[in-house]
Amino acid sequence: MTAELGHYALVLALSVALVQATIPLLGAWRGDSGWIGLARPAALVQCVLVMTAFGALMYAYLTSDFSVLNVAANSHSAKPLLYKISGVWGNHEGSLLLWLLILVLFGAAVAVFGGNLPAPFRARVLAVQAMIAVGFLTFVLFTSNPFERLLPAPIDGRGLNPLLQDPGLAFHPPFLYLGYVGFSMAFSFAVAALIEGRVDAAWARWVRPWTLAAWCFLTLGIALGSWWAYYELGWGGWWFWDPVENASFMPWLAGTALLHSSIVVEKRDSLKNWTVLLAILTFSLSLLGTFLVRSGVLTSVHAFATDPARGVFILAFLIVVIAGSLTLYAVRAPAMKGGGLFSPVSREGGLVLNNLLLATACATVLLGTLYPLFLDAVTGEKITVGPPFFNMTFGPLMVPLLIAMAVGPMLPWKRGDLLGALQRLKFAIAATVAALLLTLVLAFDGPWLAIPGMALGVWIIAAALEEAAHRLRLFRVPIGESMRRLLRSPRAAWGTTFAHAGAGMVIIGIVASTAWQVEKLQVLRKGESVAVGAYAFKFEGATPVAGPNYAAVRGTFRVSRNGMEVAIMQPESRNYQDPPMDTTEAAIRTGWGGDLYAVIGDPTGDGSWSTRFYNKPMIHWIWMGALFMVFGGLFSLSDRRHRVGAPARRDVLAKAAKTAASMAGK
Amino acid sequence: MEEAPRRLWTRLVPLAVALIIGGFLFAGLSLRPKDIPSVLIGKAVPDFDLPALPGRPKGLQTADLKGQISLVNVFASWCVSCRAEHPLFMKLKAQGVVPVHGLNYKDEGPAALAWLARYGDPYDRVGHDLKGRVGIDWGVYGVPETFLINAEGRIACKHIGPVMDRDLEEKLLPAIEALRRGGVAQC
Repeated sequence: MTAELGHYALVLALSVALVQATIPLLGAWRGDSGWIGLARPAALVQCVLVMTAFGALMYAYLTSDFSVLNVAANSHSAKPLLYKISGVWGNHEGSLLLWLLILVLFGAAVAVFGGNLPAPFRARVLAVQAMIAVGFLTFVLFTSNPFERLLPAPIDGRGLNPLLQDPGLAFHPPFLYLGYVGFSMAFSFAVAALIEGRVDAAWARWVRPWTLAAWCFLTLGIALGSWWAYYELGWGGWWFWDPVENASFMPWLAGTALLHSSIVVEKRDSLKNWTVLLAILTFSLSLLGTFLVRSGVLTSVHAFATDPARGVFILAFLIVVIAGSLTLYAVRAPAMKGGGLFSPVSREGGLVLNNLLLATACATVLLGTLYPLFLDAVTGEKITVGPPFFNMTFGPLMVPLLIAMAVGPMLPWKRGDLLGALQRLKFAIAATVAALLLTLVLAFDGPWLAIPGMALGVWIIAAALEEAAHRLRLFRVPIGESMRRLLRSPRAAWGTTFAHAGAGMVIIGIVASTAWQVEKLQVLRKGESVAVGAYAFKFEGATPVAGPNYAAVRGTFRVSRNGMEVAIMQPESRNYQDPPMDTTEAAIRTGWGGDLYAVIGDPTGDGSWSTRFYNKPMIHWIWMGALFMVFGGLFSLSDRRHRVGAPARRDVLAKAAKTAASMAGK
Repeated sequence: MEEAPRRLWTRLVPLAVALIIGGFLFAGLSLRPKDIPSVLIGKAVPDFDLPALPGRPKGLQTADLKGQISLVNVFASWCVSCRAEHPLFMKLKAQGVVPVHGLNYKDEGPAALAWLARYGDPYDRVGHDLKGRVGIDWGVYGVPETFLINAEGRIACKHIGPVMDRDLEEKLLPAIEALRRGGVAQC
């Protein structure tokens, strides 16, 4: 009964979405306030309906209702509660429902908190939002119904893929989707602005918090995903340039560019066309990501069960959304007149450089991801574009970006002085030179690229700190005055400091862990030990253990350094029954210096075991840096200006909108 | 940087790029990136000898695949897509086109038997590959996979993923026909 209720709620949601996608749009065009007013309640009703459907599916999972096909195929009564919950989105149908839920939650948020938006504009935004919802609702209802029944009901379910039974992965998809779908807000705002034919500082001020929130979620989602890959897959890597990883990374790159270019629109009334185009492209890439994962067009370890009919549907939807919005852009872009001029060396100039490099990097990743497909379609040749391509092309694009991101915040708007900015970064320059020399001395035999790499990371962090010190006028005014400045200075600026320093930490983590990692693959007998860098791993034997829904072998290793015991590590090799699958649980010990990583493999048959050990210096800096970036984003989001600034322009805009509406009427 | 590109066609560039990519993606839907040509095509089937499922007669070994054209279907009771292709093998059995053998991959015996009892048993012989060692020799990297074996016991075709009506009509049946006429299977 609950399942039917959920299905019915989805059908109702579709009809509401159809109304919401058309009537308010027509109302905004005709200047009919009744029709415009429909947008808000419709968005709320749609949200309640989709929540009902999601709740119904969740209920079916929690009660292990195996008469629902989706539950029977993906759940199992013996599964821990957390994975019953995450099982809801651990499959194709359920994850689409989650996508939809987040979409309508964002729509409802605009309806509730968008009180400071001019009503016609809000109606247009909500209508565009509803169009996206129509696409996804029809997709769910016609090709991927999560409420399909299975009769007779099986006694037990088939279980969730054990690789996905992990807390890191339980929360990875929701955050990723919050990011993807969050960019739909920027998209809806951009399309609504194109329809109205105006983009101004107030527009950017509304778009920025949404983009910022989406960006934070996406950053967190990607970080969680790579962390999961690192400790669960047992390969010791954390990023594989896999098509599905790239699918989430492309919107991130475009979204990062959008975040920066919208600052220029807000502060300088410039770069409007480009920002609108970026907003469209960022969401388009999010949709492309969904398509790549769902359609099986590219081979990936992550791909869900695929079905060509679904692929055709998403592709058709993708083309309608992207081609439609880009056509609108081609026609309407000239209506948006740019504002202030600026010299190449200026804050704007720096942000333009940032955008150029990020956009190029994004295009490179897109090319590398789709190239196997292009080649297959044209010549029939099968190839894989692997990490070497991405490392060769992506790395060199990042270097100038990273050098420039330290200088950019030091440049004033309109016209800057590069030499002056560098002078103001003298401590950062000194720290960078010191880091360069220190790595040279400590690691003179290491890979030489690691030396500039470490210096680059230090440069970004030091420059971010020095920029903050300038803001406080630290050591130049009495300390009390600096403290007062600390409390008064805008939070958005501190957000920049945190996020930029976080990026520097990620760089240091990547460089150090790849350049100085020690890897040992060894067959070990009980009592034998192996040296991994400065550490010795002594094998104390393997014992069988039983988990809630798996059987495992647990190896015990005593780790010592210079004869002093530092840790006992117990990696496991697990064997799940429903469905049968072997997984590795790497034992990871995180210390200040980095991670020790141990994996136990198969017995060789003569009493010894295959084992794998890594020492990865500073690898946790990657995820700490990502958390810093997210924190910076959230801190910036809490800036008062995002909440207070916009309403001040309300009257001006409402007037302008009225004039525009009356002109359109004539 | 300030003004919108003045000419309409420059503003249409993003749209054009998007449409070109869309065209390729559409083409990609009908391509099968997973059809990585198997190195085993044309080679004799690997040497193996698998026991029968406990409680079911007739295991599967290399010698069983010589003397007539046959299909070997890699399946497991835990594999969702296997259920999708299963009715097709039942149909093949009813029509008696070629014998279909099963390679039961990493599956518990009772679970596999219960599965066959429930959805029907289209197989002539079934080898029980509990540890998946034989699967490795066959180059199996996903379930289901289906191999077409010619009368000399060489692998003529490999199909990855569930066999759907279209795959049967357009790929496997023509290939079987070609083998019968003594030709080379195109697949």
